[in-house]
Amino acid sequence: MARKGSTANRRHPMATVALIAIGLLFTGGGYALFSSTATAETSTASQTTIDEGKKLFAANCASCHGLDLQGTGEGPSLLGVGAASVDFQVGTGRMPMAMQGPQAMEKAPQFTAEDTEALAAYVASLSPGPAVPDDSLLDAEGDATNGAELFRINCAMCHNVAGAGGALTEGKFAPALTGVAAVHIYEAMVTGPQNMPVFNDKNLSPEDKRDVITYLKYLEKNPSPGGYELGSLGPVAEGLFVWIFGLGAIVALTVWLTAKSN
Amino acid sequence: MAHDDLSGKDITAVSSADVSHETAAPGTAVVPSETFENPGFPAHRPRVTDTDPKAEKKAERQVYTFFYLSIVGSIFAIASYMAFPIEDGDTGALRLHTMMLGIGIVLALFGLGLGAVHWSKSLMANHEGIDQRHAVRGSEETRARAVEIFKEANEESGFGRRTLVRNTLLGALVAFPLPAVVLFRGWGPQDENPVELLEHTMWEKGARLTLDPSGLPIKASDVTLGSAFHVIPEGLNESEHRLEEKAKASVLLMRLDPAKLKESPERAGWSYDGIVAYSKICTHVGCPVALYEQQTHHLLCPCHQSTFDVTEECKVIFGPAKRALPQLPIAVDGEGYLIAQSDFHEPVGPSFWERSSS
Repeated sequence: MARKGSTANRRHPMATVALIAIGLLFTGGGYALFSSTATAETSTASQTTIDEGKKLFAANCASCHGLDLQGTGEGPSLLGVGAASVDFQVGTGRMPMAMQGPQAMEKAPQFTAEDTEALAAYVASLSPGPAVPDDSLLDAEGDATNGAELFRINCAMCHNVAGAGGALTEGKFAPALTGVAAVHIYEAMVTGPQNMPVFNDKNLSPEDKRDVITYLKYLEKNPSPGGYELGSLGPVAEGLFVWIFGLGAIVALTVWLTAKSN
Repeated sequence: MAHDDLSGKDITAVSSADVSHETAAPGTAVVPSETFENPGFPAHRPRVTDTDPKAEKKAERQVYTFFYLSIVGSIFAIASYMAFPIEDGDTGALRLHTMMLGIGIVLALFGLGLGAVHWSKSLMANHEGIDQRHAVRGSEETRARAVEIFKEANEESGFGRRTLVRNTLLGALVAFPLPAVVLFRGWGPQDENPVELLEHTMWEKGARLTLDPSGLPIKASDVTLGSAFHVIPEGLNESEHRLEEKAKASVLLMRLDPAKLKESPERAGWSYDGIVAYSKICTHVGCPVALYEQQTHHLLCPCHQSTFDVTEECKVIFGPAKRALPQLPIAVDGEGYLIAQSDFHEPVGPSFWERSSS
């Protein structure tokens, strides 16, 4: 999709407004193709919000990402990442990072919802990218069966079939997906934060993404039929439990069986 | 001392003096002279239940309480089977059903077991006894008789004399397992060379790369930077052996910055504008490798942590795998869809006996 914005005129206020309008038209049009209920996904960010976001960005983000979002040695360029990426990274507390490490950790958000929105509007105003998804895609009322199949094919290898997360290389990990807000799950798929690959709308359509969210929310709402999950971590956790408590009980019973009654 | 311990009456309390090594039982082999003195049993110690009638009563109460508990458990299991039915589509109901049934059955079995063990330990007769071990070797008499029986049987049946009967019997026994060999062979590929099947996949020149599971073709422009697509060959879903073909032909499609790809001259043209396709089947033991990290370009196998570097033609950088993941040469057709240039240039997946390339 043609989403490359002209960056030459980015300081001209009218150009940014025009770019937002074009970006909204494109993404909104894209959604309308897939979902009849989809409307233009974000309320038009006002110029004051963008200005507010610019100030916040300069104070909190620019030291790593550069004043013009061009990136520095410390952080990647944010041109073209879109509002969705900002909302995910800042909304889950991953950004601003507490420290450099294998990956940015989730923590309590540093910004209010309003400030996050302003930052997102500012970043999106400079070059178009994926927008924050429409609420109709986040209702978790899609097809959980289809979502489960897509999840097993595209996500389960890293995030575990029950969404319990898992280890990657060199200290990185795929986080657990339980308790993650639907909007953040959607934004992660569309933007591919950190080492997660991008799942654009041609790979998983917005409806597919809604189904994946439906599956994850179904898992959250319904208890495991097999009893206590032990974190859904599979053979390691289950094996440890059996070794300690199962064998422990057998040893204790054997000692009791063979001890002489007093 | 009698050696037959099956009658029960021989199990008697003996004093420790009776079991010195001079009276060692037959079958206990050589007794070296420097062996230490058999210390015999420790002194007999009566239990509380032997001396205190109150403790005995208490133990009795405990034992029958265990048995009562077992009965309660059985009834509880029956009751909970009816009280907590499995409701269609409700995993919570299923979980409750299994748990309550389990509690009842555990109570029933544990009550029985605990009661029985406690009974035998605290109330049954308290005295030490010895059962002598049987000699392993039979007496000369018994052995001679056994040989005699074999000879008699041979004569009476004519096993040694009627050679044709004997040989046909042996032949029949040899032939009997042969159908199993044929039956098991029938499970394998028919009229096809299994080596051939392992060396080739569904990919062929011009086959479109399609999305797993929908089978929709993929345009090169759909694969944005940082994307990972799980890919099956065109027509796989309609294939007669869908799963067998999928197990060989699964592909992971990724788009990297073309500047980051290090391609050898013989593979020039196998990728398209930074889009590369690699077999998803690990060369170690065949797990699906798909844990792709879009920044480091590591591809990790979840089974044994083999790690492949996508920028360097998926060579192994960690773990037990020995070979790089096979690359699928791709191109773009006239309509912009991604197609395969050919099949993989080497067999996918783990090594096998007849694998042509090492």
